[in-house]
Amino acid sequence: MAISRGFQGRRRGDADPTRVPPGQYVTDDFPVLSAGPTPHTPLADWDFSIRGAVDRPVAWTWNEFLTLPSETVTVDVHCVTKWSKLDTVWKGVSLDTLLDGVETSAEHVLAFCDGGYTTNLPLEDVTGGKAWVAYEYGGEPLEPEHGGPARLLVPHLYFWKSAKWVRGLELRDHDKPGFWETYGYHNYGDPWKEQRYQGD
Amino acid sequence: MERAALPGGLTWQLGTVVEIVDETPRTKSIALALPAWPGHRAGQHVDVRLTAEDGYQAQRSYAIASAPEDDHVVLTVERLDDGEVSPYLVDELRPGDQLELRGPLGGYFVWEASLGGPLLLLAGGSGVVPLRAILRHHRVVESTVPARLLYWARALDDVIYRDELMANVFGDSVDIRFTLTREQPEGWRGWERWTDMELLQEVTWPPREHPLVYVCGPTPFVDRATFSLIALGHEPGRVRHVAFGPTGV
Repeated sequence: MAISRGFQGRRRGDADPTRVPPGQYVTDDFPVLSAGPTPHTPLADWDFSIRGAVDRPVAWTWNEFLTLPSETVTVDVHCVTKWSKLDTVWKGVSLDTLLDGVETSAEHVLAFCDGGYTTNLPLEDVTGGKAWVAYEYGGEPLEPEHGGPARLLVPHLYFWKSAKWVRGLELRDHDKPGFWETYGYHNYGDPWKEQRYQGD
Repeated sequence: MERAALPGGLTWQLGTVVEIVDETPRTKSIALALPAWPGHRAGQHVDVRLTAEDGYQAQRSYAIASAPEDDHVVLTVERLDDGEVSPYLVDELRPGDQLELRGPLGGYFVWEASLGGPLLLLAGGSGVVPLRAILRHHRVVESTVPARLLYWARALDDVIYRDELMANVFGDSVDIRFTLTREQPEGWRGWERWTDMELLQEVTWPPREHPLVYVCGPTPFVDRATFSLIALGHEPGRVRHVAFGPTGV
């Protein structure tokens, strides 16, 4: 470990260190990281679908989606660009609800989005109360720049896995790297193991 | 499918500061000698890690400002007044100091000659840094791909790489234009407009020529620029961007 001559650092006294993964800093801002332009899909054209290795694909229109049982969750999110934001409040539909009744042998999920973005996750990381499709942030409709009308929310992984502008899940028997995962980012992305890049 | 780790890209390594150049009152370029540097592609970035005496560490990402062919790896850092790492890098770091980093990182926001063009580079503020690496690379490889940089800054004093850009050391195939949004010097003949659609329409190649676009800057700038480009009919797949900084939620 190399000491940086004269560096004091600015530790935040108000952030519980056990909630901040290694290499992260806590911010009150909500920075954005996107691979492409912000899409603006009319809600009339929006749907959310589950397809791939399933017995029967399912899809919901925007209005149908809003009638699904929703949950409000308070979670910490951790971006690979080093910021963490604590106690963020989201409203959305649990993936357990969306996957309820879906018969599959798949072990992998590829989330797909408006704009062509994709990200891959193990199925077991999006079930069991660990993931949502969120459409409200802080009590307000989710802004397009933060992934609105709806984004995936998988707070236990780095935030690029919480795909913005999500339109559905492709269930897969074999893993397929998503967008950032093909550009050198870690395939799984556990912030507590600091899995930022391939090889971490 | 197994994918090989990026060669040498992930190990923390120590560089020695060989030179620090004042670019603007808030921005400096830090040239580093990196014995274990594996080489990079224009547009990539590094992670920098600072360590206090008690072991406390802070990491941030910075774009590489130098071409792959340059003698040293150069990071250009803008001092953010409420920042933790950038004030140290801009105010405290001296030639001879060591700096820990790892990289190069990122394979998306890169340009190399084989990608062709025409090449449209849109810079907002310190977002010019990775685009300058692209322009330097474009020059070194003597690319004939037409390139155009449009650089938004608040005032002339905020223009990073001012001499190099104003003199256009990049050659005939590169066109460099400025827009100063807050304060213009007397007799200024450049633009003073924000990222509006008319300006983009005027400066960019038409969509039928399929320009390859790189946009880098603060989030509102990048949002407006990319939204306008798509609205003008450019292919989303040929508009690559990196945004930084907070957004007002």
